[in-house]
Amino acid sequence: MDFQLSEDQRALRDGFRDLLAGRFDGTALRAAVDSGAPSLDRALWRELGDAGFFALRVPEEEGGVGLGLPEAVLIFEEAGRALLPGPLVATFLAARDVEGAARGAVVVTSVLTTADSGGLVPWLDEADVARGDVSGAVPLRSVDPLTPLHRVPGGGGAATPRQPEADLLIAAEQLGSAGKTCEMAVRYARERTQFGQAIGAFQAVKHLCAQMLVRTEIARAAVYAAAVTGDAPEIAGAKLLADEAAVRGARDCLQVHGGMGFTWEADVHLHLKRAWVRAGLGQSAAEAEEELAAAL
Amino acid sequence: MDLTCTEEEESFRAGLREWLARTLPGLPPRPDPTNWPGRRAYDTGWQRRLYDAGYAGLHWPLDAGGRGATPTQHLIFLEETEKAGAPYVGANFVGLLHAGPTIASEGTPEQRARWLPPVLRGDEVWCQGFSEPDAGSDLASLRTRAWRDGDDYVVSGSKIWTSHAEVADWCELLVRTAPVSEDVPKHRGISWLAMPMDAPGITVRPLRTLAGSTEFAEVFLDEVRVPVANRVGAENDGWRVTMVTLSYERGTAFVGEVVACRRVLADLAREARKNGRWDDAVLRRRLGRLSAEFGALWRLTQWNVSESQRAGTGVPGVGGSVFKLRYSHARQELYEAAGEVLGPGALDLGHEWTLDRLSSLSYTIAAGTSQIQQNIVAERILGLPKGR
Repeated sequence: MDFQLSEDQRALRDGFRDLLAGRFDGTALRAAVDSGAPSLDRALWRELGDAGFFALRVPEEEGGVGLGLPEAVLIFEEAGRALLPGPLVATFLAARDVEGAARGAVVVTSVLTTADSGGLVPWLDEADVARGDVSGAVPLRSVDPLTPLHRVPGGGGAATPRQPEADLLIAAEQLGSAGKTCEMAVRYARERTQFGQAIGAFQAVKHLCAQMLVRTEIARAAVYAAAVTGDAPEIAGAKLLADEAAVRGARDCLQVHGGMGFTWEADVHLHLKRAWVRAGLGQSAAEAEEELAAAL
Repeated sequence: MDLTCTEEEESFRAGLREWLARTLPGLPPRPDPTNWPGRRAYDTGWQRRLYDAGYAGLHWPLDAGGRGATPTQHLIFLEETEKAGAPYVGANFVGLLHAGPTIASEGTPEQRARWLPPVLRGDEVWCQGFSEPDAGSDLASLRTRAWRDGDDYVVSGSKIWTSHAEVADWCELLVRTAPVSEDVPKHRGISWLAMPMDAPGITVRPLRTLAGSTEFAEVFLDEVRVPVANRVGAENDGWRVTMVTLSYERGTAFVGEVVACRRVLADLAREARKNGRWDDAVLRRRLGRLSAEFGALWRLTQWNVSESQRAGTGVPGVGGSVFKLRYSHARQELYEAAGEVLGPGALDLGHEWTLDRLSSLSYTIAAGTSQIQQNIVAERILGLPKGR
């Protein structure tokens, strides 16, 4: 047993972190947010394709990178950290079936359904291919400025079975976001002074930050292990814990930022809103808990 | 990231399973919890069986009398013994998990030869004299004094929360050997002593816990003489020596318990299906969430063990605090859920879950309260400034 990242896995993760830092940094994020109607950066999408993002799990003999789910969660974690927009999960999962998806030339979206609330489709207007039954899709005014959403009435529900791999990749994005908001909160707590000291010296603030890390590390263990085993109930647990780590992490990060956290200018709300969207895509907390209970 | 065991690890597991299946049926009946001499005999008897079979001090280094097993083998040992329903470490806890590792890492060759083999054989039992009535979370403010008189220290003061004090042979004792002053901060001036529990001047007064049992005691020390040769580490360096011990306590100490909690959770589900409470979606979902929780805690254990295996030290890092924070809370949640499953039965002390529910209340307090653990995580992992 060696449940740690291998050197290759570290290099892969660091490589994508660098790529995203160069191509989609904080400035690019804000530009995308403030551009009004969200539009997909096709050039970036193709660069991701060139870097092997979408072809990561496509076998080498089919021209792919030939890696597995553990490597996939590492790059989706980085995408989550950077708040990279777009239907990444659907395109990634379509890499072998939809011509052009693996290269980043074709953008694929899909209905990500929860049985109880109907279907949601991200980025429907921008996608080249939509999988699942999207007839009658109605646009929402999405809470996340960088994820346009459509609702499918009645929810392609029965037509779209649960996709554990989609849930796992969403969970990996949530994990990345949870880690990032923990770092943001800690950095702010060290810089911001009140009563003559950094607010991070106050235990009330310290304990918020400590719990953010605890939730992140628990989610990390769950997500990485689920990627290794591919076990459906384990993926359900990973999604449950990662959703919680991301949503509560963003909430606590907002709290640590005080009044600044409530502004449009701070990035905190972008993490919170995306975390809400991801929690609403794929398996819900209620479904995950029921699945885990049934397996007891 | 690899969760599979090597061939060597699997053959270790198979050998252990086979030995457990052969050995456990021959154990004497478990003693009454109030019978302390009986509990000591039972626990040390189990330790002796482990020693004879070559499983004692599995993860201790070879030169300390251990087996030099990898952290993964140690994890397998804790997992399999718990799954088989083997006895707990019990009265051997301090010797095997605190005092022993400290002596192994900080003691002289003579000290190691004197104290380690009897711990491994189950011949001697240790207790811990760290906390004091006025030094709990702020352990470094301890006031039990030791002054030199020839080749002895003369020790006076009092200790509290000392488990197994009534039946222990030795006490790992923290004493102040230099008074706090402008030049000596409270973390310096502490020394680590091995105190024989039969020395004159020691009075043990059992403390009754809220569960009704006497699991620990107060220990009063009135001019107790402890040879200077019993000091482990340099004089006034006991705080650093102690940190070695505490990192063990926060590391692998709960591995078997996570396995046990997963079994209890499965039992809760079985009981709820039987008594009809399973129809309550709120309770059902609560149990489902606990399943995710303990599954992840088990994975975090494997993560931490792999990390220490790579570091090559076997000593768990501060990540143990992350684990302990989440685990202690999850254990309390588990027994709160047990209370719901039992319904009126939750008020019956005759049910083991009721007693376990009471015991679980100590988990967010013992071995560093959750509040102190959060300070540790915030300051040592996240790098937030120290403050009040």
